[in-house]
Amino acid sequence: MTEPGRQAVVCVERLSKYFGSGNARVDALIDINMEVFPGQVVGLMGPSGSGKTTLLNCMACILEPSGGRLTLDGEAVYDDHWLKADLRRLRLDKIGFIFQYPNLLPFLDATDNVAVVLHLAGLGAAAAHKRAVELLDYLEVGHRKRALPKQLSGGEAQRVAIARALANQPRIILADEPTAPLDSARARIVMDLLRRIAIDQSAAIIVVTHDEMILDRFDHIYRLRDGRLETDEVTRAPVGADY
Amino acid sequence: MNLAYRDIKHNFLRFVLTNFGLSLLLGIVIMMTGVYGGLIDDALRQARAANADLWVVEAGTNGPFAESSRIPGDTRELVSRVYGVQRAGSVTYQSVQTELNGAPHRLFLIGFEPGRPGGPRQISAGRNILRSHYEMIVDRSAGLALGQEVLLGTRDHKFSVVGLMRNEVTSSGDPVAYITLRDAQALQFELAPPASRREQARGGSLETNDQINAVIAKVSPHVPVAEAAAALSRWKHLTALTQTQQETLLSKFVIEKARKQQLLIMVLLVIVSAVIIALIIYTMTMDKVRSIATLKFVGAPDRTIIGLIVQQSLSLGITGYVAGLALVFTFRPFFPRRLVFDPESVVAVFAITIVVCLAASTLGIRLALRVDPAEALSAAG
Ligand SMILES: Nc1ncnc2c1ncn2[C@@H]1O[C@H](COP(=O)(O)OP(=O)(O)O)[C@@H](O)[C@H]1O
Ligand SMILES: [Mg+2]
Repeated sequence: MTEPGRQAVVCVERLSKYFGSGNARVDALIDINMEVFPGQVVGLMGPSGSGKTTLLNCMACILEPSGGRLTLDGEAVYDDHWLKADLRRLRLDKIGFIFQYPNLLPFLDATDNVAVVLHLAGLGAAAAHKRAVELLDYLEVGHRKRALPKQLSGGEAQRVAIARALANQPRIILADEPTAPLDSARARIVMDLLRRIAIDQSAAIIVVTHDEMILDRFDHIYRLRDGRLETDEVTRAPVGADY
Repeated sequence: MNLAYRDIKHNFLRFVLTNFGLSLLLGIVIMMTGVYGGLIDDALRQARAANADLWVVEAGTNGPFAESSRIPGDTRELVSRVYGVQRAGSVTYQSVQTELNGAPHRLFLIGFEPGRPGGPRQISAGRNILRSHYEMIVDRSAGLALGQEVLLGTRDHKFSVVGLMRNEVTSSGDPVAYITLRDAQALQFELAPPASRREQARGGSLETNDQINAVIAKVSPHVPVAEAAAALSRWKHLTALTQTQQETLLSKFVIEKARKQQLLIMVLLVIVSAVIIALIIYTMTMDKVRSIATLKFVGAPDRTIIGLIVQQSLSLGITGYVAGLALVFTFRPFFPRRLVFDPESVVAVFAITIVVCLAASTLGIRLALRVDPAEALSAAG
């Protein structure tokens, strides 16, 4: 499904990952090939234990693959070994991660939960605060900017977490079951939001999900089974049809 | 944005309670230095009150406090003539038991020659001794008022209180009283009338006991004290101790056991504090494992995480120390012993607190650095 003239933001080639060795070896990922383009929202599905989280973690540079190649935003990151010394910086600048649970820092209010990653990226306090408030407004939780995580509803907290993932304007957004704690109406809202972000920031968004109800929200669905990519099906019309 | 401060603010009540416990602990450590300081200060107080450059005592003794020392009453004239000695005064020291305000009471009597070295260092009320007999300057802790009369000695001489002093007590807490040398000698050697008659009948000496315990010498600022001491050592029946030697003698040997015991308690307390601080920091870090994993996941460098733990540890230590110090000074008047704080030991406890906090946080830091960022992905949230 290569779209000529556009460079893939995430490019995974023959990626493999195993845990353990000898008899205890578990092949979590076998020969994965995947390309995600700017503006695309792709789904990653598969039964439990099929390797979804492992794949996401490899793409997030949290987990070292066992072989293959990984290219993020045009930069070769892994080619049988890490090519970049500072993976932490890479994560900070290029990757936004949305967790299954919002994972907000309980001791910071909504604004500061977003501002903290801007701050880590080197932005001054005032600028970080301003941009954090803008992001919260963009995600329609601006009215909750002074609230602590425990005071937020599930949907609000998830949107603050998304604002944090977006803060440094990453080209890659990875989400591990972001809609699991939400009801289906809210899940749709979050998915529409991700779609909007993909277009606005021309980012690649990869979402792990179990939720059959939101399948129509993806440009692509990748199905994993026992560490192998099964199908590579197009589920919907081209990018941005809703908007 | 300071993460350490935000976390503390978020869990403020817990921080306050933890801090209260820690401040009690550190307060006890600070108090022990005060007890220690008081011990030394009490031991040295009378030696320092004399404001001597040299102590001339009986040959071969560490007198007059650590050991008894007796020298002839004319030693002072001898000492005065030594090159470098500017002024000299004879002193005697003795403990007496008497009745004060209807209750038995111990007094530490110092006999001195008015106008010469060896007298009281400061009088807080009343006047100095002017008459050569039966006047007394006494510490306030004896509970005596100016003008009150005290019976002393086997012949019940009436001494009237003419001056009062503050904080002049012995290491056992007895109030100090100054009287003239002549009175002191009389009290020391005079016998009750029946004993005196018997002594006379035996043909014994009549009141010839012109003996003193020490001579206090002030040396001219232009002459090295050691030189004057060397000159004095020509007399084989005398020993000259410098003020430093005298103080070392008292602080090192006389109170050696008490000092060691205090030190041991302090060391144990510091160890206990270290363990407790380490545990507090460790549990504080444990509670934040998920936040730490999230911070690492989004790209926080190790130094941010270490900073978080070290800053919390230090703020715990510093506020605990300050609160402990405040507690000690608030409750100081109610403490049964005199607490003496010298700035160095107060600063030393502070430095130890900081070092202990830093050392204790290494345990938390090790834990935090081992936290796998992938832990942020795990379910329970
Ligand atoms: N750290 C690990 N050590 C050993 N095996 C692992 C580890 N992480 C995952 N696995 C194994 O890899 C396979 C894929 O796991 P995972 O990616 O978590 O699946 P999913 O997210 O699709 O449920 C599973 O068989 C799992 O047991
Ligand atoms: Mg998973």
